[in-house]
Amino acid sequence: MNQPLPLDNVDPLLGDDPYAVALDQIDMSLVERFTNNNIWPWFERLRKEDPVHFSENEEFGPFWSVTTFEDIKFVDSNHELFSSAEGITINERDPDFELPMFIAMDQPIHDHQRRTVNPVVGPVNLAAMESTIRERVITILESLPVGETFNFVEKVSIELTTQMLATLFDFPFEDRHKLTRWSDVSTATLESGLISSEEERQAELIECLEYFTNLWNERVNAEPAGDLISMLAHGESTRNMQPMEYLGNIILLIVGGNDTTRNSLTGGVLALNQFPEQYQKLREDHSLINTLVPEIIRWQTPLAYMRRNATADVELGGKQIKKGDKVLMWYISGNRDETAIETPDEFIIDRKKARQHLSFGFGIHRCMGNRLAEMQIRIVWEEILKRFKTVQVMGEPTYIPSAFVKGFSDLPVKLIPLD
Amino acid sequence: MPKITFIEFSGDTHVVEAETGISLMEVAMNNDVPGIDADCGGACSCATCHVWVEGEWFDKLPAIDAMEESMLGLNTMREDNSRLSCQIDCTEELDGLVLKLPEFQG
Repeated sequence: MNQPLPLDNVDPLLGDDPYAVALDQIDMSLVERFTNNNIWPWFERLRKEDPVHFSENEEFGPFWSVTTFEDIKFVDSNHELFSSAEGITINERDPDFELPMFIAMDQPIHDHQRRTVNPVVGPVNLAAMESTIRERVITILESLPVGETFNFVEKVSIELTTQMLATLFDFPFEDRHKLTRWSDVSTATLESGLISSEEERQAELIECLEYFTNLWNERVNAEPAGDLISMLAHGESTRNMQPMEYLGNIILLIVGGNDTTRNSLTGGVLALNQFPEQYQKLREDHSLINTLVPEIIRWQTPLAYMRRNATADVELGGKQIKKGDKVLMWYISGNRDETAIETPDEFIIDRKKARQHLSFGFGIHRCMGNRLAEMQIRIVWEEILKRFKTVQVMGEPTYIPSAFVKGFSDLPVKLIPLD
Repeated sequence: MPKITFIEFSGDTHVVEAETGISLMEVAMNNDVPGIDADCGGACSCATCHVWVEGEWFDKLPAIDAMEESMLGLNTMREDNSRLSCQIDCTEELDGLVLKLPEFQG
């Protein structure tokens, strides 16, 4: 957690006490609560008192927050009643810079485009990739300074997920850090300082499009291959995409494969430090990695929410949601819902039904790369346990200023070698 | 009680005296048949209880509805005889049913 602010500076809307304000004042989209990592008691109050909660935000307008496990599953599974076509984050689209992508589409185009790229992260392809992933994990882990404090996010989480993305796109390896940059730029809030304006964001994304257009031209003139760009360039439902739709889908695949696994890798290190008895259990029985991995993904919930819009009037949790209303499914809250998950605020690496969490979403938009994410996290822990006694957290993490991407920019750690 | 046979990808076979009134996914889970994840707990929302139905049984099963079709349609390992086992109720009529399990749940 970050240093608490001096008390007289704390806006009660952002503090640690959700009962310091009236229920109808609670707005879970405020970024500061995520930066300060004090969202938890606020969601707890909503789950108890107002599980389908209405807020009015100055910037984003009115929206509903769905906070319990079962309600979230209901919204996510009913794709006809809750559309993705108006976007999957709380922001409204910029009509002058539209980025169509299949995650933000409904049937049938969604299904056709998703099917085109799905095989690259299908289980059969993944089995073939496992040894490459393991080699890279080993190279990264063996290059780390032992006994010195360093930023785990930068040296391990970002490096590994970036290498993975470069492989999936068959992207020039020496330029791979551009992928991280474009991913970060596309999700960054202005508060992050990463970009200073929307114009700057758009200019960088156009650079991304130019770079990827060259790759498209290269691949479209070659025989179809197993990388994502070739699949898009040759796929029946994707080969006639307009440039901005190509860019949209590239950004989707970059962000989907980057932020999420990155923050689960870091979140796992932090959680195992906060629950040392669980780490001890893991050291004594490495086979627990199988349930550790889904527990890390539940615990971290690297995408805090997904947004839908109601396509018809619908009653949920006793509230009347009107056609057109914006609805946020707060996975981060549903994953801590004690009516669905036993002792949800405990990190338990051998949980029964560990896989039954919301982090991948449910229904037709369920995370396409979930098995790749799990495989990467599994291999990282298998190889860490072979080499190090602990990955010791040396200071407070720094959280990303975003209510959508739940993650870290810094986690100082020190590696302690095996005895 | 109907006898249901689950054949793992490795060929290991589990013949189960199945309870009726629950789904075939639950039959597999209750009898510790490996190879089914059922991440959504039976809501037809994750496609991780995918099975291949052997022989003539496929045509005897209740039809695939729109949601099951949507979820199956996004599964990279779908074959003509694919079903989601959470969507099939276990009944006496299914005595003798044989289901094959894929190597991976997607």
